[in-house]
Amino acid sequence: MLQALADGILTGSIIALGAIGLTLTMGILRFANFAHAELITWGAYMALGALAITGTFAGPTPPFSFGLPLVFATLIAVVLTAALALLIDHLVFRPLRSHTSHMTVVFASFGVSLLVRMVILLIFGGSAAYYSNELQIAIRVMPGLRVMPDHVFTLGLTLAIVVALHLFLQKTRLGLSMRALAENPDLVRINGIDTRVVVRWTWVIGAALAAVSGVLYGLTVQLRPEIGFQLLLPLFAAAILGGVGNVFGAVIGGLIVGLAESLSVLFVPAGYKMAVPFFILLAVLYVRPNGIFGALRGGAK
Amino acid sequence: MSPLLLEVRDVIAGYRPDLPILHGVSLHVGTAEMVTVIGPNGAGKSTLVKAIAGLVPISAGSVAVEGTEVTNLLTHKLATASIAYVPQTANVFTSLTIDENLKLGASTLSKADAGRRIAKAYEDFPALTQYRGQKAKVLSGGQRQMLAVARALLTEPRLLMLDEPSAGLSPLMVSEVFSRLKTLIATGVSILMVEQNVKAALAISDRTYVLAEGRNRIDGDSAKLAGDTEVAAIYLGAGGRKR
Repeated sequence: MLQALADGILTGSIIALGAIGLTLTMGILRFANFAHAELITWGAYMALGALAITGTFAGPTPPFSFGLPLVFATLIAVVLTAALALLIDHLVFRPLRSHTSHMTVVFASFGVSLLVRMVILLIFGGSAAYYSNELQIAIRVMPGLRVMPDHVFTLGLTLAIVVALHLFLQKTRLGLSMRALAENPDLVRINGIDTRVVVRWTWVIGAALAAVSGVLYGLTVQLRPEIGFQLLLPLFAAAILGGVGNVFGAVIGGLIVGLAESLSVLFVPAGYKMAVPFFILLAVLYVRPNGIFGALRGGAK
Repeated sequence: MSPLLLEVRDVIAGYRPDLPILHGVSLHVGTAEMVTVIGPNGAGKSTLVKAIAGLVPISAGSVAVEGTEVTNLLTHKLATASIAYVPQTANVFTSLTIDENLKLGASTLSKADAGRRIAKAYEDFPALTQYRGQKAKVLSGGQRQMLAVARALLTEPRLLMLDEPSAGLSPLMVSEVFSRLKTLIATGVSILMVEQNVKAALAISDRTYVLAEGRNRIDGDSAKLAGDTEVAAIYLGAGGRKR
C-alpha cells in the first residue's frame, strides 16, 4: 500500500508537470491541444540526443543514475521543445485561430501530434532507450517502502518547479498578464499589453514544463516514441479535474490521476488501471462540471 | 473652437467587411471637451468607440489624434496614442485583485511611475482602498466602474473613451460617476462617452452626436439638443433630418 502511494505520487508529479502546460494553453488559448503530449516525447528525446554530446564530458553523480550532463541536456531540450511549440503555433495554430472555429484547431492538433510522433520515430527508431545504463539500488525508507534516489529527485524538482511557477504567476508582470489573458483578452489589450507576446511566453513555459516532464519520465521509466500517446489521456484528466486554466488544480489533478492509477492495481487487474482515473474524472465532473478548482473563461486570438 | 484632439472622418466599420455597422460616421473631440454619442439601440454607438480603439476593423475612413492618423490602431498601442478606453461590460478583471487590476493598467509604465500613479489612483478613488487586496468580483457595479476609470487614467491619457458608464448603476451612483468625469475635464482630459441615458448625457456634456442606424443624424451643443424634438423622434423611431 505504502509503495503504491509512493509510486502514485511519482507518476502524479510527472503528469502534473505536463498538465500544467496543458492547462495554461487550454485556459489562455481556449482549445484542447492534443499535440501537447507529443511535446513531452519530443523533450525527452531531445535530451537523449543532447546527452550524446554532453554525456561525453562527465559521468553520473551518485547516488543518482545521472549527472550534470543530463541537466545540461535537459536545458537544451527545454530550448528545442519551446522552439518546436512556437513553430507549431506560428505555422498551424495561429493562422487557424484567426480564421476558423476552435474545433478545427483541435483537429489540427491531432494531426500535429501524429506528425511529431512520426518524426521522433524516424529519427530515433521505435526501440526503448534510456538516459543511463547505471543500475540504481532502491533505498529502504521504512518497512514496505523503497524509493530510488532518482524518484526523490523527481519529486523535489517537481515541487520546486510548482513553487517557482506559482511565484512567477503571482509576482511578475508577465504572470499577471497571463492570468488576465485567461479571463479577458480584449481588456488585456486595452491595458496596453501585446497579447501575442503573452501567448508566445505561454507556449514557451508550457513547452519547457513538457520537456522537463518528458525527461523525468525517461529517467524514471524509459524512453519510447509512445510516451506522449500514453500520457495524453492522464494529462487531460488532470487538467480537467483541476479546472482548466488553474495551475494548482493541474498539480492536484495530476496527483489524483497518478495515485488512482497506482492504487487501482491493488484492487483491479493491472490492465484496467488506465481506466480508473476516468471513472474518478466522470464522478468529479458530475458534481463539479468546471473541475475541482473551477474554471477560467475567455481566450486569446 | 478648441484644437481637435480626435477626428473621426467617414468611418465605415463592422465585425465583417461585408456587413458594416457604421456607414460613414464622423465626429471630433476638442481638448478638455466632453462629447457624448447617443442614439437608439443598434445605432452603432459602441461599435464606434470600439473601432476607434482598434477592436472593430475599419474598412474605410480615418481616425486621427492631434493630426496623426491612428486608423485601425493595434489596441495595445492605445496608450501610445494617449487614448484610454473603458468598455461597457467586463471592464475589470474579476479574477484579479483591485491592486492587480491597477498594476495591469500600469504595465506600460516603469515600476516607479506605476507605483506613484497607483498610489494617486487610491487617493482619487478612496472607496477602492479598502478592497485593494480583494478580488474585483466583490465590487458593486459602481465600484467596478470607478476601478475601470481609475485603471484607464493610470497612463494619463489625453482622451478617455467610455462606453455607457451609467449602465446598470443606481441614480446616486450615476451622479457620482458623472461628477467624477466632470472633474477630469477640469484637469485637461477630453472625454468621448457613449450613453443610453440621454437626459444625463445631454446635461453633462459640451456637445452631443446622435447616431441612428450607423449614421450621423444630428449633432450640436448638448444644451440646445436637450430641447430638440428631433432627438426624441429618433429615439421613438420616427427618424430625423439627414446631415
